[in-house]
Amino acid sequence: MQVSMTVNGRVRKADVEPRLLLVHFLREHLLLTGAHVGCDTSQCGACTVIVDGRSAKACTMFAVQADGSTITTVEGLAANGQLHPVQEGFWDQHGLQCGYCTPGMIMSAVNLLQDTPHPTDRQIREGISGNFCRCTGYQHIVNAVRQAAGRR
Amino acid sequence: MGSLDFARGREVGRSLGRLEAAAKVDGTVEYIHNLRLPGMLHGRIHRSSIPHGRIVRIDTSAALAVAGVHAVVTADDVARLVPDPYYGPAFHDQPILATGKVRHVGEPVAVVLADNPHAAEEAADLVAVEYEPLEAVFDEVAAAAPDAPVLHDELRPAGMFTDLKHLAGRRDTNVALDARLRSGDVEQAFAEAEHVFEHTFRTGKVMHAAFEPMVTVAEPHAAGGLTIHTASQSPSFVRSEISRLLGWPENRVRVRTAFLGGGFGAKLYIKLEAMAAVCALLARRPVRIALSMDEQFYTITKHGATVRIKTGVARDGRMTARQVETFWNGGAYADIGPRVTQKSGFSAAGPYDIEHVALDNYAVYTNEPPAGALRGFGISQLVWAYERQADVIARTLGIDPLEFRRRNALRNGRPHATGTVVVGMEVDAVLDRLAEAMAWDKPFDRGTGTIRRGRGIGIGVKACVSPTTSTAAVHIYGDGSCAVHCSTVDMGQGSDTTMAQIAAEVLGIPTTDVRVVHPDTDVTPYDMATLGSRSTFHMGNAVRRAAEDARAQIERMAPGATSFRDAMLARFAMQAGTVVGFGSYAPSYQKPDPETGLSANITPFWMLGGAGAEVEVDTETGRITVTKLVNVADVGRAINPASVERQLTGAAIMQLGFTLFEEMVFSDGQVLNASLADYKIPGFLDVPRELTGTFVEAPHPEGPFGAKGVGETGIFSPSPAIANALYDATGVMLYDMPLTPERVLRAIREAGGRPLEQA
Ligand code: FES
Ligand code: FES
Repeated sequence: MQVSMTVNGRVRKADVEPRLLLVHFLREHLLLTGAHVGCDTSQCGACTVIVDGRSAKACTMFAVQADGSTITTVEGLAANGQLHPVQEGFWDQHGLQCGYCTPGMIMSAVNLLQDTPHPTDRQIREGISGNFCRCTGYQHIVNAVRQAAGRR
Repeated sequence: MGSLDFARGREVGRSLGRLEAAAKVDGTVEYIHNLRLPGMLHGRIHRSSIPHGRIVRIDTSAALAVAGVHAVVTADDVARLVPDPYYGPAFHDQPILATGKVRHVGEPVAVVLADNPHAAEEAADLVAVEYEPLEAVFDEVAAAAPDAPVLHDELRPAGMFTDLKHLAGRRDTNVALDARLRSGDVEQAFAEAEHVFEHTFRTGKVMHAAFEPMVTVAEPHAAGGLTIHTASQSPSFVRSEISRLLGWPENRVRVRTAFLGGGFGAKLYIKLEAMAAVCALLARRPVRIALSMDEQFYTITKHGATVRIKTGVARDGRMTARQVETFWNGGAYADIGPRVTQKSGFSAAGPYDIEHVALDNYAVYTNEPPAGALRGFGISQLVWAYERQADVIARTLGIDPLEFRRRNALRNGRPHATGTVVVGMEVDAVLDRLAEAMAWDKPFDRGTGTIRRGRGIGIGVKACVSPTTSTAAVHIYGDGSCAVHCSTVDMGQGSDTTMAQIAAEVLGIPTTDVRVVHPDTDVTPYDMATLGSRSTFHMGNAVRRAAEDARAQIERMAPGATSFRDAMLARFAMQAGTVVGFGSYAPSYQKPDPETGLSANITPFWMLGGAGAEVEVDTETGRITVTKLVNVADVGRAINPASVERQLTGAAIMQLGFTLFEEMVFSDGQVLNASLADYKIPGFLDVPRELTGTFVEAPHPEGPFGAKGVGETGIFSPSPAIANALYDATGVMLYDMPLTPERVLRAIREAGGRPLEQA
């Protein structure tokens, strides 16, 4: 099936099998490997990207369902060589260890701050509670998001 | 400035961010998970559906008919390449693919190779295997009994560990190893003790759930070699074991890793590597085998354990005798279980000065998935028992729990139960810091009505595994830049940055100028493995020595040079050349006596961790909320304090999950919750309101810049601290982990004389 979507500002077209998951389309076809596959059963959040302005677990969608959508992945966050404030927050606050959950966490946090620019810590925890970190740096991830919010 | 500025004290001890932080936040960091090779086939495993049985027939015809399928590999194909297909670090007991029989549900029986993962998955379901079921055994105590069904006809020690040699050829038993320690005379001491306490504690099986599931890509070379790209914590071991299986010299096998998306002990020894290597050699194409999260539940777990502990106590509250009998549920294949049994088993007396000690540890085969190393290597199972019992003793004798631990603490200069005199272990400092962090001397609000509050502590010790070797090289290139070559695997613990800090400290350059080359057995020298909190100490020493060697060579070849760049120019007459510094480290060690388990030098360093918890218990639902959790570690010296703190708080939350809810649920050997959908791990909302990871520093005489390992220390004690807080809040005594609301509620209702009906 033909799909066409705008990924990180570029229009991408491809012929894909209907059963191809969005996460595999991004990783295998577009070579955007920042979205990771952890559980592939929509639990862990490592595959989170932003689809039409909302964060979504890319292992829960077929590529064909994203036809016509606008998608941002972690690779598309930095602008003009400047990291996004959420990325800076994760770096500064040591919000990562193995880093496998990090891109998904970052995308969920970006989505949260779009809706709630000045979240309380409780709102941060709840807002990104669909993402898990086995390493497990939750406290520092909250600090990272708080830092990013402070900068906005 | 007339010479190179080898100033000290600039890099070690700083909370530097990770060298790879930029690549981790922009999604470009390398994991083996991302690797694709031209012409690569995808392997998918067909797994056993029964816990124990003979394989009568394997029908691959339907699988082979699926479009895109290239081959279906079974034990018969494996045998063509590897006549003796059994591997393992302790015993050669695990076949590359099930050979003749299966011993646990989920055991790999066949691998489908296909052009794409979808075809492989579809075809793997179509492999049809006929079994003749055999009686199975799951409980570790039952499996150790003489009449239990036997899993392995004969024990085959791997030969690497000399203390397992005597087990060769032993038949008709599931006990893979019995390890004992005898110090003093426990029977006599029990007879003389004022009080004797006896309990049995249990812990269930849990799983690592590293977020990057296991993945290996094997790539055959036309010239007759093999490259194995694998998310492994032990590349050096993988090389030697694959070479042994294939009958090749090690120089034909290259094993490389990248960053790992977590490890926690799951990615050690051989996991997918042998299977992927054989498939690639048979297919003459690169083969990728990548597990799903769900498959990991059938691959390697933490040991469930039954711990029988008996302690004699004098009138003054000092423990005089301890006897511990532990049955370790090793599952169907030994993996590193016999090491867990022995190396952790000997520490079952805890961080206490107890004169009479008798310990018996049994590594037991059962028809469950294999158990191996999981962060702590068996220690947390033992601490769960001895620290829960400590609070029972303290309460019975009317002694404050902290004071009870102080009174019995094992201090430097005193012999541990093994006979090794303790050095560099700061038990008083850890207890003091714990008391302070818990405000232990302040009044505590115990709650009212249905919400009861309590607090508890625990303290545990581990002897770092010994003897092991690390080697490292430090390269100075023609332009004066520098790279560390070492086979320590950065799986999230931050070892790259730590090693760079150590090298930078010695070389007098900024840490950010040091590049750390990732493990590649063609390039980086031998390391035993990244496990057991050994890397900072062992590899840290090797890197330090390698950097010192490089520095000394530079000083000799270009006296008076003011930079490495100038030194290279001066020596080679152009901006060229390489200087290689080499360092290796292997601690001294004395093998324990086989009869008594005693040794004058059992470990290079002791790891000591204390934890404190405050909980709220809802007596109507049995739900425990941990409101405060403190981890205190004795770290020698923190090379990177921020990394140390992350290790301690990260371990606290991981162990909180194991304590409160994580548990693999089995039925006839099937894992009923083999998915993150059903196996709950801690999330944002489980994090205690107050979470602290703190440490005490007293430089260890032999550690690099005084450092000791810390990756596991935070795992030891949170469980008993939480359970002791529950005990404090409600008086309820639980013996089994995890502390699920149902178990807690049952215990509360039973204690109140209103037991719940059995479900
Ligand atoms: S991989 Fe998509 S949620 Fe885990
Ligand atoms: S950093 Fe490893 S899973 Fe979050």
